[in-house]
Amino acid sequence: MNYEAVIGIEVHAELSTDTKIYCSCANKFGGEINTHCCPVCTGMPGTLPVLNGKVVDYAIKAGLAMNCDINKNSKQDRKNYFYPDLPKAYQISQFDLPLCKDGYIDITVDGEKKRIGVTRIHIEEDAGKLMHDVTPDSSLIDYNRCGVPLIEIVSEPDMRSAKEAEEYLNTLKAILQYINVSDCKMQEGSLRCDVNVSVRPVGQKEYGVRSEMKNVSTFSGVLRGIDYEINRHIEILEAGGVVEQETRRWDDGKGISVSLRSKEDAHDYRYFPEPDLMPIIIADEKIEKLKNELPELPHIKRDRYMEQYGLPEYDATQLTTLKATADFFELVIAAGASPKAASNWIMGDIWRIMNEKYMLIEDLPFSAKQLADMIALIDSGTISNTAAKQVIENMFETAKDPAVIIEDLGLKQVNDESEILSIIDTVIEQNPKSIEDFKGGKGNVAGFLIGQVMRMSKGKANPQTVNKLINEKLAKL
Amino acid sequence: MKITEKEVEYVAKLARLYVSDEEKEKLTKDMSAIIEFADTLSKIDTDGVAPAAHAIPVQNVFREDVVKDSYKRDDILKNAPEKEAGCFSVPKVVE
Repeated sequence: MNYEAVIGIEVHAELSTDTKIYCSCANKFGGEINTHCCPVCTGMPGTLPVLNGKVVDYAIKAGLAMNCDINKNSKQDRKNYFYPDLPKAYQISQFDLPLCKDGYIDITVDGEKKRIGVTRIHIEEDAGKLMHDVTPDSSLIDYNRCGVPLIEIVSEPDMRSAKEAEEYLNTLKAILQYINVSDCKMQEGSLRCDVNVSVRPVGQKEYGVRSEMKNVSTFSGVLRGIDYEINRHIEILEAGGVVEQETRRWDDGKGISVSLRSKEDAHDYRYFPEPDLMPIIIADEKIEKLKNELPELPHIKRDRYMEQYGLPEYDATQLTTLKATADFFELVIAAGASPKAASNWIMGDIWRIMNEKYMLIEDLPFSAKQLADMIALIDSGTISNTAAKQVIENMFETAKDPAVIIEDLGLKQVNDESEILSIIDTVIEQNPKSIEDFKGGKGNVAGFLIGQVMRMSKGKANPQTVNKLINEKLAKL
Repeated sequence: MKITEKEVEYVAKLARLYVSDEEKEKLTKDMSAIIEFADTLSKIDTDGVAPAAHAIPVQNVFREDVVKDSYKRDDILKNAPEKEAGCFSVPKVVE
């Protein structure tokens, strides 16, 4: 039987505010253990939370960027459960009146557009970090993360494959980074996913029984986990079994998911309105103001790059994933470079060298104008593409203008036909065998000779001219 | 609405409370009385009254996003039942 997977994802994103959600402790990753803590975020009796206004702004921005309706009357609720990473024994979250609801994210998979529903986005507090392996009989707790603001973005069960889930997550991450509400550093736990998977025979309307994988902290884990769960469900069904509704943990090292037995107790969070916090009422003017602050979003930018600049989808997607890259690219174009040339240089040599140097695009030593100048020098025939590669390398080292580097390194392209002809003559003289091969009907002699000429000219001969002259020469033989 | 002993057991379990049979009997009566008292509220006509999460009309109480000093670690750990290596320490919990 053929099966279809049904996938929904909950993403927890830590917001990049300066302070925690309910107290003025720093919201910062990597501090000394238990040094970003106060009586509020460690849940001491008698303390009162006060909501960080920026958390509301950030959540609304995320909602607007994901096409949500904003709940103008919103509130916070208590979710009760006992676990020592949560010192109050409840998490302040939102239950029935999330800040944002009924949105969507458009993704593109294999050239096809697909709309993934966003059920809701709500604000809540993160929990502390438990360490189980330091001491034999106890668990140790660092509460620095406790009270860090989160938004939880809940998708509709609209995805049908790991590939769609991947596109959804990439798009969501790009949006959050563009609007600058989360740094989305997976390695620091800024983004974590809960993944719901079920399968059903193709054509069946009702959903199958789902399992949920909690707290997957890498995208690759999400994707491998989804494939693992799909196969696991299908195997159970094919064997005539019944999939259990349960929570599972993804073990990335082993590449398997394991059932969490402790969750057999039915959860009863006994949500109720948080009495310590007042309702959140959002005015239309505020929504308007936040809407105006949103930048052009990545998928819209990508479509524009394809339309306006005629870039292939791959280039457009790559260039728009990070806002800083897109900003740089647009500056290069504004300085006169052709979009495709700018794209090729950024995605080619520049990214390669940046990777070697662990460099971000913000930290490039040269300006967008300098790159545009270099592209102009290629277009005008002053340097060859090959020589330009040396110029770029040098720009990373010296940040000098390309014209100066060309002068310094003597990279100016030789376009003069007589000069090139004399090199060609020398090469032919030194390679009599290749001429015989040519006369004997072997095909690839021209390519070989062009390579030799380019080498002898140290890459400076204009390759088109070399190509033309060599073919003329051979034709006359 | 009547509360059953089973419900008392369930609520006690959620609250991590261990109650004796005697206590259970007493709690069942007490909780029934409390719930019945609350039931009288549902007799009030609330047609045309907007639902409210709070009794007082205060809203949008926000704090500026400005960092203030946290507690010194030694001070924050003073209220820890057990501590070790700069951490709060609790009986081992493993999922």
